[in-house]
Amino acid sequence: MTRTLRALPTLLKIGIAEAIAYRAEMLVWVLSTTMPFVMWVMWSAVAQVSPVVGQSGRAYGSAAFSAYFLCTFMVRQIVASWASWEMNFEVRQGTLAMRLLRPIHPVISYAMGHLAALPLRFAVATPVAVALVLTAAAELPHDPRIWALWVPCMVGAWLVAFFSNIAVGTLCFFMESSLKVMEVWLACLMVFSGYLIPLDLFPPALRVVAELLPFRYQIGLPVEVMTGRYAFAEAARLVAIQWAWAAGLIVLSFALWRTGVKRFQAYGG
Amino acid sequence: MISVRGLKKHYRVHKRAPGLRAAVKSLFKREYTTVPAVDGIDFEIKPGERVGFLGPNGAGKTTTLKVLSGLLYPSEGEVRVDGHLPQKREVAFLSKIMLVMGQKQQLLWDLPPADTFELNRAIYDVPRDEMKKRLGNLVELLAIGDVIQKPTRQLSLGERMKCELAAALVHGPKVLFLDEPTIGLDVSMQVVMREFIRTYNEQFGATLILTSHYMDDVAALCPRVIVIDKGRLSYDGGLAELVQRVRPEKRVAFRLSAAVPLAQLEALGKVVRHDAAEAVLQVPMDQVNTVVGKALASLPVKDLTVENPPLEEVMSELFSRSRADAAGKGRAA
Ligand SMILES: Nc1ncnc2c1ncn2[C@@H]1O[C@H](COP(=O)(O)OP(=O)(O)O)[C@@H](O)[C@H]1O
Ligand SMILES: [Mg+2]
Repeated sequence: MTRTLRALPTLLKIGIAEAIAYRAEMLVWVLSTTMPFVMWVMWSAVAQVSPVVGQSGRAYGSAAFSAYFLCTFMVRQIVASWASWEMNFEVRQGTLAMRLLRPIHPVISYAMGHLAALPLRFAVATPVAVALVLTAAAELPHDPRIWALWVPCMVGAWLVAFFSNIAVGTLCFFMESSLKVMEVWLACLMVFSGYLIPLDLFPPALRVVAELLPFRYQIGLPVEVMTGRYAFAEAARLVAIQWAWAAGLIVLSFALWRTGVKRFQAYGG
Repeated sequence: MISVRGLKKHYRVHKRAPGLRAAVKSLFKREYTTVPAVDGIDFEIKPGERVGFLGPNGAGKTTTLKVLSGLLYPSEGEVRVDGHLPQKREVAFLSKIMLVMGQKQQLLWDLPPADTFELNRAIYDVPRDEMKKRLGNLVELLAIGDVIQKPTRQLSLGERMKCELAAALVHGPKVLFLDEPTIGLDVSMQVVMREFIRTYNEQFGATLILTSHYMDDVAALCPRVIVIDKGRLSYDGGLAELVQRVRPEKRVAFRLSAAVPLAQLEALGKVVRHDAAEAVLQVPMDQVNTVVGKALASLPVKDLTVENPPLEEVMSELFSRSRADAAGKGRAA
């Protein structure tokens, strides 16, 4: 364990060098996640025709939608995870073997790859943050405690995103059509996370479902916290639930990994 | 150092006929077939030995190496490598072994090999000064000083293979599994790799298992050979004895100063090749002296050499023989 900790700075350093070498590909990838901007334009148009009122009774004007979707874009940049695709590819190609041969847990090495991409992702998110402050500052909370809570909320969101990705990724050890399952899961993420529509605007029944699932803790919750949707106590309660999800997903991921890796077929060579 | 008892590895593969109907059917009822890639093998390897795995394609060589290095769980039997059960993949175990296979392996494609070396140094927790010494040695032995700072994608295949090998050895593995390490390399590069592998074994006393379909690799590197065929061990011993056992014959090659009729050669032994200036006979070992005597007395011989038959031929004979055996058994059963 201490040995792994000692290795982390180097892993991160080399990971960042790799991310920089791949920056062109990554930029293309980032530009393909512009859905929030589309939703922003769409919902703003709707809000101009007739007022949009959420279940909470709060009215959404176009400033509220700008704030929501600019935040959605930033959160998505930072908590993005592609581990399930990476795993799927490496299991099918047999290149997972290289990770398995090294005395560092593959899940840790995937995590390092993700963290190494963060500097570039922050760089993409920064201009959007500036735009947010310039256009919708009034929509942001003023309570410094909320912003203090937002930090663990982002970390929790990252953990939920990363470990649900690992858990779903381990399916490729167990089934051949895991890619199909991953597509269904991605569709659920889009709908139930609040990525396309704020949870507050869901029909009541759907909202109940969304609140029972982990997806909202990955995007919706941090966005709601940073757009001042909750008083401090309520926000803290939700972040606690988020961290419980994170803990559960971590345990689940490692358990699935341990069973799944025994079935690894190490194709190739 | 390595002990393998009753090792079996059976792959379970999903069997599906082509076509939509079969695809739909397979959603509900899956049929599996079992591929007995390794089907009961035993051997022991002592520290510092260099052992070559020989066998035709699909014999189970790579599968065996993957089990030994902990990538695959054995279906049956027990494997120990320096006291460890490989499939547990303990840090202590992973730190003393390495498996090198294929070409595109651990080197980071867009970064120079030096970065991969540094990454491995951190992962394997090699002290920096130790690393400096070790890497200096590897760079010198492999002559890669001027390529390790270039991005990997710009390197030639041979340079890349050398750097792969260096990356695999940064942590000084005591046990090294090499799966076809010279595949695709030109002859001079094969020789360089071979020399390097031997030097590594001799300098560090590392235990080495190598598979190759270039018999020359095995002949040059491995005093001991294990032949695997259809997942079973069909020979374990010295290379020279193997050659003798499969082909207890020698080749006698003559350079002739005048043409000799074929019939005259056939009287002496089996004619492998013959033209006006040269003839090659295959002769049982114990008759070599008589044949040579007779030939010198009756033929216009300018020059004469006695050799072993080429290894490639020995191998193909060995494998076709084991096929024929199996076919025979099949019919008897
Ligand atoms: N992952 C796998 N799944 C199913 N069958 C496999 C797999 N890997 C290898 N095989 C089969 O197992 C047998 C042995 O393969 P392998 O160990 O790669 O042989 P070799 O290295 O001697 O050429 C072959 O018949 C091969 O097709
Ligand atoms: Mg092979």
